[in-house]
This record gives sequence, C-alpha cells and structure tokens, in this order.
Amino acid sequence: MIIEHPLLGPRDAAEFTYLGDARLIDRPDWQSENAAQEFFEYGYLRDNPAGWHQELWFHEAGDRSWLVVTRNTLTHEISKVELARDVARSRGRSK
Amino acid sequence: MHDLKTITALGGSEPRVDTFHHISISENDGLALASVAARLGSEDACHKTMQDLLGAVPGPGEAVLREPESGFWMGPEQWMIAAPRQTHELLADDLKTRFGGCASVTEQSGAWVSFDLVGPGLADVTERLCAVPIRKMQAGDTRRTMIHQLGCFVIRQADPHHLRILGPRASAGSLHHALMTAAQSTA
Repeated sequence: MIIEHPLLGPRDAAEFTYLGDARLIDRPDWQSENAAQEFFEYGYLRDNPAGWHQELWFHEAGDRSWLVVTRNTLTHEISKVELARDVARSRGRSK
Repeated sequence: MHDLKTITALGGSEPRVDTFHHISISENDGLALASVAARLGSEDACHKTMQDLLGAVPGPGEAVLREPESGFWMGPEQWMIAAPRQTHELLADDLKTRFGGCASVTEQSGAWVSFDLVGPGLADVTERLCAVPIRKMQAGDTRRTMIHQLGCFVIRQADPHHLRILGPRASAGSLHHALMTAAQSTA
C-alpha cells in the first residue's frame, strides 16, 4: 500500500504506523455536563465500517507527522491524505 | 579537577575510518547539532531568521548545504541545524539568542552519530541499507528513513560520491555494523 504524503509524496505504508479512527481528534470538553459519558465514548466506542474510513497514521520512519488517511477498508484504496494538523485546525482545534 | 577524556560515538579516542576500494565509512565526530521548531503563530518570524542564517528556508525533503551552518528539514516547521563543533560548540545557545521567542531550540549534538560515506560505490551501498531513491537524489536532498531498524537521516552532499547519515548515537555501533555489512557485501 502506498500513502501519498501531502508534503513528501508517495511513501510505502511500511514507513507508517496505524493508530485508528481519526475521531480521536475530537476530544470532548472536560467541563461539559456529561463529560464522563463523552469520555467513555471517546475512549472506548469505535465504528467499524466496511467501506470508507478516516484514520490516523503516523509517519514514524519519515518526517514523523500525523496524517488523516481516508481509506476504504474493503479495497485498501486511499482517496485522500491530509496533515492531521490541518484537519484539527479546520475543526477549530489547536488555535 | 577530573582528568576526563572525550570519546567518539563508537567509543574510540579518534573517529573511526574504514576504507574499502569502492567506499570509505568515516565516523564524523565534528558536528554540533541543534533542532529548531517554529512556535505556533511565529512561523513567519522564524522563517525570516532561518533565511538570514542559511540563505534559504529548507523545504520538505531538502537541505541547505552551507558553511559554517547547514540545515535540513525534519518535519513541518522543524529543522536541524549543523555546524562544525570546533567553532560552534554552543550552537544551541547561539541559535536561541538568534531566534528568540519565535522558535524552540534543542541541543542535539549528543543525540546523533554522523557517518560520511564517500566513494564511487555509494549508490550500491545505500540501496542495500534503506529505501531511498539514491540515484535520483540531488545534492541537498534529505530523507528520513529506516536503516537496520533505526530512524536515520540521509543527506546527499555536494560531492556526488558523498552521503552523510545521521543516526541515533546510542545505537552507533549497530548502525556502523549495518554500514560495514553493506560495504562488505558490495566490495
């Protein structure tokens, strides 16, 4: 599998390590009323889609950037690769 | 006062040099290193200081090979600066003064071992070590890659037969073993 790194171009998947669902970016607000329930869901509950999935990959043997890879879990086709930093900022994180 | 002796990354009193007919592998003990990471919101100021320092801001996968300071891109908004240790032993302090509040500077000299591979057999040796497109790389092209399970930087130098490898200093012996094995298998 080849991952098209936004900065470095096509790189072999062996250079990367996989973390999982990219919704880890959406960390709940610790001050909210039902923070305990939200953190339980954030920590333990994941969808397991057969199809397109946004996931976090770490370029460990490269520039050590975090990427959000949109991958089809049935075909391993990759439709989009973004820097996790840009995704997080577009969702209002890391201001 | 204690009578302390400095040793190189491989533990010798002099940097180790191994010479084959097609390549030489030299431990480079003379590098001072420091990393520079731009702080959030100060990227432009950091780029400007980097431009003053190196003459250019190294982009992804690039190095600026200059004397005395050279620098290469390590990641988004992160660079490594190298200079001769004899003249720039306090490189990190000097850079911190220079960059001020716009970047975080970390001393890296004690974290890395540097090997210089020089010779006409360079491409053959490198191909056995790591997955970088060595024959396509130009002077200044830099890649972070795995050599012998170790995360290393390979930097193509101005001389087309010269490659510099930076690897984790604590594993200098293992990295040297990998380099020697590759050199022997292509001799």
